[in-house]
Amino acid sequence: MTILRRFVVLVPTFIGVTIAAFLFIRLLPGDPILMMSGERALTAEQHAELARKLGFDQPLVMQYLNYLTGVLRGDFGTSISTREPVLTIFFRLFPATLELAVCALSIAVLLGVPFGIIAAVKKGSFWDQSIMGTALVGYSMPIFWWGLLLIVVFSGMLGWTPVSGRLSAIYYFPQITGFMVIDAALSGQEGALASALSHLILPSLVLGTIPLAVIARQTRSAMLEVLGEDYVRTARAKGLGGFRVIAVHALRNALIPVITTVGLQLGVLLGGAILTETIFSWPGIGKWLVDSVSRRDYPVIQGALLIISMLVMAVNLIVDLLYRLANPRLR
Amino acid sequence: MTMSQGSVLPAAAPAPARQAAGADFWFYFSRNRGAVLGLVVFCALTLVAIFAPLIAPFSPNEQFRDAVLLPPSWQMGGRAEFLLGTDPIGRDLLSRLIHGTRYSLMIGLVVSALSFTGGVVIGVVAGYCRGWVDTTVMRIMDVILAFPSLLLALVLVAVLGPGLVNAMIAIAIVSQPHFVRLARAAVIAEKDKDYVIGARVAGAGHFYLMFRTILPNCLSPLIVQATLSFSSGILDAAALGFLGMGAQAPTPEWGTMLAEAREFILRAWWVVTLPGLAILVTVLSINLVGDGLRDALDPKLKRS
Repeated sequence: MTILRRFVVLVPTFIGVTIAAFLFIRLLPGDPILMMSGERALTAEQHAELARKLGFDQPLVMQYLNYLTGVLRGDFGTSISTREPVLTIFFRLFPATLELAVCALSIAVLLGVPFGIIAAVKKGSFWDQSIMGTALVGYSMPIFWWGLLLIVVFSGMLGWTPVSGRLSAIYYFPQITGFMVIDAALSGQEGALASALSHLILPSLVLGTIPLAVIARQTRSAMLEVLGEDYVRTARAKGLGGFRVIAVHALRNALIPVITTVGLQLGVLLGGAILTETIFSWPGIGKWLVDSVSRRDYPVIQGALLIISMLVMAVNLIVDLLYRLANPRLR
Repeated sequence: MTMSQGSVLPAAAPAPARQAAGADFWFYFSRNRGAVLGLVVFCALTLVAIFAPLIAPFSPNEQFRDAVLLPPSWQMGGRAEFLLGTDPIGRDLLSRLIHGTRYSLMIGLVVSALSFTGGVVIGVVAGYCRGWVDTTVMRIMDVILAFPSLLLALVLVAVLGPGLVNAMIAIAIVSQPHFVRLARAAVIAEKDKDYVIGARVAGAGHFYLMFRTILPNCLSPLIVQATLSFSSGILDAAALGFLGMGAQAPTPEWGTMLAEAREFILRAWWVVTLPGLAILVTVLSINLVGDGLRDALDPKLKRS
């Protein structure tokens, strides 16, 4: 029932997002027909022909309805520069971004949650202050600069990691999953996995920095709230050890708001992917968008914007449902 | 709420907010050492920005053809007159960084002022009127929030055309929904309280009730959000500048400086390290102040 209601609430937002994407091309200064087709110097007849073909001769409402029907059928437009459907390109590039995002978020959760717990348990101590100070620095970090710094140190000075891309050019194997690390492991080629991992580590660190800081801060405050609750005091009074109280009684409840925070990092990650992928020449969605903006490939921008916002909405919905599932009071 | 009821609408900057909150506020704020440190750094940066032409040794755009990519003066090959070295076309890095302070602080101020004003007006009206106005406004805000903020800003700049002014407008639009949500929620919580009903009975009009009676009591979370949007505005504008969509060369904006210096990253560490450090220090100082404001304005923490 709740799931159904959550879906219904999303409908107006979805329509709003499609209207925004639809109006985007029409708000641009210049002739939308030339922009959508990527053609220049058309004769008047060709122009009229294209306008008819693209549906620009119809009333605006009809144009929108046509657009919406197309979207619901999976037609998100066609790239001007490569003449490929936007959805096809998206699915080809998305695994690279997903691999990066999953790795970044894993780093953020695996480090952020324990650090947050330590800071809360040792509140006011040197550890708390150091962790929270570092977290605030991470939270304030211009990640495009952070990425460049890591390249200077680890690629330039130490020569440990490559500067860009996903894999050394000397390796070649079929893309089965689209995740370079898994495909490299499956290929069985010597050194391929190490190459894929060494390409992945710096971009993931950069992309994971801000979520890591946010998760550490959120875990700390959630833990502090829970540690003051009666049931934690009861557990302590029963004579349970400090570790058991923290790991079993407190953490389980403190993690509920943290789940939401982790889920909401998706938007941050996709925004951060724009910068991270540009710095490391990572062939994913973020770099594709930046390239499309500078190429003025408007159908791609329009389509990708819509796909990404739908993705964000879907993940937010899942996070919301998980939150309800994890929190019995809301069931 | 620590806000005095008669306070006027403050701007987004932390300075007038402090006046309104008074000594009680300062007591709690000054207990947070990080926040005080942040405030000191922020004030210093503000002074640097105001007096930039007096402090900077050279004009930010003056080129010294005999001094291209010089390292900082303490390194071998550095020259005393260029303290932090020079950039790839022989401009003094220190002077460019000093002038860059002006851009960054102005960006933060404009973004937070625009999104604060717009967001608060929309949010207060939505929370006060409820009904279809509220529903429509909140659905539109949901649409804006469905896009990752940097992505939406990037696309808006693609629509409006690259440049600093358009980048600031785009970032303000993107950060506005947070103010709308906070203002709306606070107004809904306040509007049925006795003092509001009292004012209404005394004959106060809708406009007066919204902005003179209710709003001053909703300001705490909005001020904290304003400092957050100040710092994230600086970060996003620098990011757009880095992507070539914000301030354009030769403007000494820090993000744009980083973009220009990117190809020299492995040869000249200073042209890449220093502008980014400037961004980090500025954003960090504002976030420290924001944390202090949140703790000092939060009545829940104060009682403990």
